[in-house]
Amino acid sequence: MQHPDNPSARGTMSRRGVLECMTWAGTGLLWSLGGGVPSAMGLDRALAAEAPPAPFTFLQISDSHVGFNKPANPDALGTLREAVAQIRRLPDKPAFIIHTGDISHLSKDQEFDDADQILREIGLPLFFVPGEHDLLDDGQGRSYLDRYGKGTRGAGWYSFEQQGVHFIGLVNVVDLKAGGLGNLGADQLDWLERDVAGLASSMPIVVFAHIPLWTVYPEWGWGTQDGARVLGCLKRFGSVTVLNGHIHQIIQKVEGNVAFHTARSTAFPQPAPGTAPSPGPMKVPAGELRRVLGITSVRFVRGSEPLAIIDTPLAG
Amino acid sequence: MPSAQRLPRRLAGCGIAAIILQILAFTPATAAADRTLTDPVIIRIDNFTFAPQALTVAPGTRVTWVNGDDIPHTVVAQNKLFRSKTLDTDDRFTFTFQAPGEYAYFCSLHPHMTGTVVVKASTD
Ligand SMILES: [Cu+2]
Repeated sequence: MQHPDNPSARGTMSRRGVLECMTWAGTGLLWSLGGGVPSAMGLDRALAAEAPPAPFTFLQISDSHVGFNKPANPDALGTLREAVAQIRRLPDKPAFIIHTGDISHLSKDQEFDDADQILREIGLPLFFVPGEHDLLDDGQGRSYLDRYGKGTRGAGWYSFEQQGVHFIGLVNVVDLKAGGLGNLGADQLDWLERDVAGLASSMPIVVFAHIPLWTVYPEWGWGTQDGARVLGCLKRFGSVTVLNGHIHQIIQKVEGNVAFHTARSTAFPQPAPGTAPSPGPMKVPAGELRRVLGITSVRFVRGSEPLAIIDTPLAG
Repeated sequence: MPSAQRLPRRLAGCGIAAIILQILAFTPATAAADRTLTDPVIIRIDNFTFAPQALTVAPGTRVTWVNGDDIPHTVVAQNKLFRSKTLDTDDRFTFTFQAPGEYAYFCSLHPHMTGTVVVKASTD
């Protein structure tokens, strides 16, 4: 965990800024990442707490698997629609949406079309990175790049800046090696090194990709074999937030200045690591499905003090 | 022999007969006694696992992968000899192994899923 007085990061806490990350799940859970130190509390308590300074908010949505119609969720399109309605009801409009992949289930044109039509209703800028389910067309990703690849490099990676935060979208679902995990490849890593070379260490960094960039559970392929090189590139930065999808559940950890977080799916849940014979779709009682699906909102607040870790179980 | 699932005999219609003829044409040395070794073999994909994970067959054997998962998989040879399309639930991919050798393959979506087909001319 990072000590608030750690002098190795240039600038003070107030200059470094603070990321807050909220996650809905039916009854509600809120994650706050303050200077890389996360805390979680029930949504009720969060709403009652004092409002932080005017924030800059963006949203993460993941694993919509449009086209999936198996027992774990016969209507993945319907639950994506519900997620979008939820986003539209938010009192604080997010600045934009990041989709961390598996937009479609089988990369069919109809699936991408359906997803696009629903996501566009949010009326906000959308940023994507592909999941392995988005590269299943005969062209092995041609469809994805034609639709979402404008202005990106290689298999679809890119970076952009918003309100003083540097965002990096990475692709770790291409050219996977037998027996291995997610893979970024030398070209992308070289690009990343150049991309962040000129940035001040005080600039907050948000990295997003489909498969977790750290090793969650290698037995199920939940990790990225060359993900450590990304973290090496970002070591000098005071605030790094890594957002991933793929595992259809919330798992988070903090290591030094880096906060890792995976989002829920809008389509179906997957089992906790090692708790089932396989990572396949997990069937839950119909009434409980919406408690394990969700969206993630990330709030950036400058000038807040870091919070201590407060883990509170999900209410309800 | 590995405990591979054989295609039920009653499914062996004209199509299978034609295949066996074809196999015999490719490998004329295969005697009638060996014919069972070239019977079509099924590799099941369940719970993100190829079963049997290691399979030994005679040259000329048709091997069919069947995906039983709710998630798509692929079957890709590491030496690029074969590559299935995306197999959704219950989809199949068939490849006929002619040349003796060891063929390692994996799922390109879930690369931790690996398997091997060994093609051997004789069974000792
Ligand atoms: Cu697979």
